[in-house]
Amino acid sequence: MKVNELLSHGFESLSLPDGEREIDGVYIGDLLSWVMGRAQMDNAWITIMTNVNVIAVASLADTSCVILAEDVDMPEDLVQTAREKDVNILRSPDPIYETALRLAALIA
Amino acid sequence: MSEPLVFHFDVDGENFTSAGQASTQVKKNLRQLGLSPEIIRRVSIAMYEGEINMVIHADGGTADVIVSDDGIDIVLKDQGPGIPNVEQAMQEGFSTATDSIRSLGFGAGMGLPNMKRYTDSMNIDTVVGEGTTVTMRVDL
Repeated sequence: MKVNELLSHGFESLSLPDGEREIDGVYIGDLLSWVMGRAQMDNAWITIMTNVNVIAVASLADTSCVILAEDVDMPEDLVQTAREKDVNILRSPDPIYETALRLAALIA
Repeated sequence: MSEPLVFHFDVDGENFTSAGQASTQVKKNLRQLGLSPEIIRRVSIAMYEGEINMVIHADGGTADVIVSDDGIDIVLKDQGPGIPNVEQAMQEGFSTATDSIRSLGFGAGMGLPNMKRYTDSMNIDTVVGEGTTVTMRVDL
């Protein structure tokens, strides 16, 4: 499934410079080094962290998109940075577990 | 490519939020050289972890990335406090980061283990009170 296809399934787009990117698997975590050590390339990464380091980690670990759960807020300047760094950022109103369940059903 | 390409960066110790600039630039450079996404990913993560370590613990330092035909060498040098017990620092989960660093999502004690995980060889040369040089290599 492509990242931009999530938009018709209740996920909101904050930054979508590379919407055609394919999602392969999901990783969940808020500890950045843990994510860098364990997430696989092309994973969708679900987190509630919203600082600038999240954008760097998503870019360097080459995840397909970041999904912010629980409708957490990301400041507009960071969203702009994400666009400039080619990092896709989506948002889900649901808690992490429910967000993961919805993703699992979609990418299965 | 015959002559090795050398990229040099100064890592700013004061500016925690901009940490990652050197790794991001290296990622771009390696992409332009046409290296595989997996190699780029390994080098980028290892270097980012090193960069973060220098910002958190050593008030910055320098990073050199040398790309040759058979591998990529990364040399991270700082004049920070040094690592008293390298074996302990290499254990997953061991961290001396402060609470404010942890609140940013760092300090999981995975930095050095990740650097080792994503490189083919890694060496830590450290003297307490003088500084640390971490040398990593990713084979091509």
